[in-house]
Amino acid sequence: MDMLKIDEKAEVKKIADRLVDLLRSKLHRRGLVVGISGGIDSAVCTALCVEALGAKRVFGILMPEHDSSSQSVSYGQLVVDKYGLDHMVENIGPTLEAIGCYRWRDEAIRKIFPEYSDEWKCKIAIAGQKQGTINHFNLVVQSPSGEISEKRMGLKEYLQVVAATNYKQRIRKTVEYFHADRLNYAVVGTPNRVEYDQGFFVKNGDGSADVKPIAHLYKTQVYALARYLGLPEEICNSTPSTDTYSMPQGQDEFYYALPYEKMDIALWSYNHNVPAAELAVSLSTDEDHARFIYKDIEAKRAATRYHHMKPLLLEEVGIGS
Amino acid sequence: MSVENKVKEYILENYLFTDDMSALGDDDSFIEKGIIDSTGILEVIFFLEEAFGLAVEDDEMIPENFDSVNNIAAFVSKKTAS
Repeated sequence: MDMLKIDEKAEVKKIADRLVDLLRSKLHRRGLVVGISGGIDSAVCTALCVEALGAKRVFGILMPEHDSSSQSVSYGQLVVDKYGLDHMVENIGPTLEAIGCYRWRDEAIRKIFPEYSDEWKCKIAIAGQKQGTINHFNLVVQSPSGEISEKRMGLKEYLQVVAATNYKQRIRKTVEYFHADRLNYAVVGTPNRVEYDQGFFVKNGDGSADVKPIAHLYKTQVYALARYLGLPEEICNSTPSTDTYSMPQGQDEFYYALPYEKMDIALWSYNHNVPAAELAVSLSTDEDHARFIYKDIEAKRAATRYHHMKPLLLEEVGIGS
Repeated sequence: MSVENKVKEYILENYLFTDDMSALGDDDSFIEKGIIDSTGILEVIFFLEEAFGLAVEDDEMIPENFDSVNNIAAFVSKKTAS
């Protein structure tokens, strides 16, 4: 869609210049650390950091765990190899085991599916979106024989599963900050605009960073930059996934009301005060649905303000600017 | 205790941290007044299921059923009567 078209060359230059400017004037660090997931957002961020500073000042970390798709490391390696980056592969599975991530999660799952075990797979899917009901979540499991079952999650189980899986994003960020401190680098956050806007990140997990180079870009624009920057075809063609659960889980399935191309259009339209009737035409849907989408955008912003909050002080503490 | 009072007491205690009954109007919209967020609504549903022995169906999880003390009381009465 034309509304999302960007001048890729100009955008890359703008981002690269701004990264240098921020490192110099605000962050005062020697380089940038990027957690490379194999997905398109971290790949584009890596490319932009290299554009800004040169490959020598970018450190990449690949952090697979037990539930990661095999692609995440192989695609991540493609990115690292393309730029000849200094990097490490740190499997955080044992760390997550030790801290109880999988144990807490599986305990909650077994309250709903008592037969669930290590050989099973699972994911969470959002429900209630289209029908105008309150957003709630279903647990989907797959037995070793491939049989899929789905049940609505009680609130306690849902919160426990999310809290447990949040360990993944938080441990990864801890690893990134270790390397940043060790190298005197700054840490990159890789959310795109829709993720940032809609609070689709873990507080103090992937939501934590020193700089977020693509938080102003819609996903469609991130894909455009990926192609412009010559990132590997496999990465340019992948669809957004969370890579958090053992069953493949699309981000739209888990959280958004729409697939990403339509989510971009909806959010852009919302930000530009486009009437619901016009959005309906752009999305080839009816006006009721378009109005519901706008309401959902607002509801998710409101529900996730907490994710963006800095620590609250009880009274002002002046520390100078 | 009436359904309204039981619900109101729960909301006051868990979301407003007060026992002052005048702090919440029976028709006050939880969402509009920012008293309860989306996770909170799910907590309320859970509370109702436990306190009143209901099972809330997926298609009953609409804001209209849960967005004020009076809305909730009406929903609970309808469910317990059937």
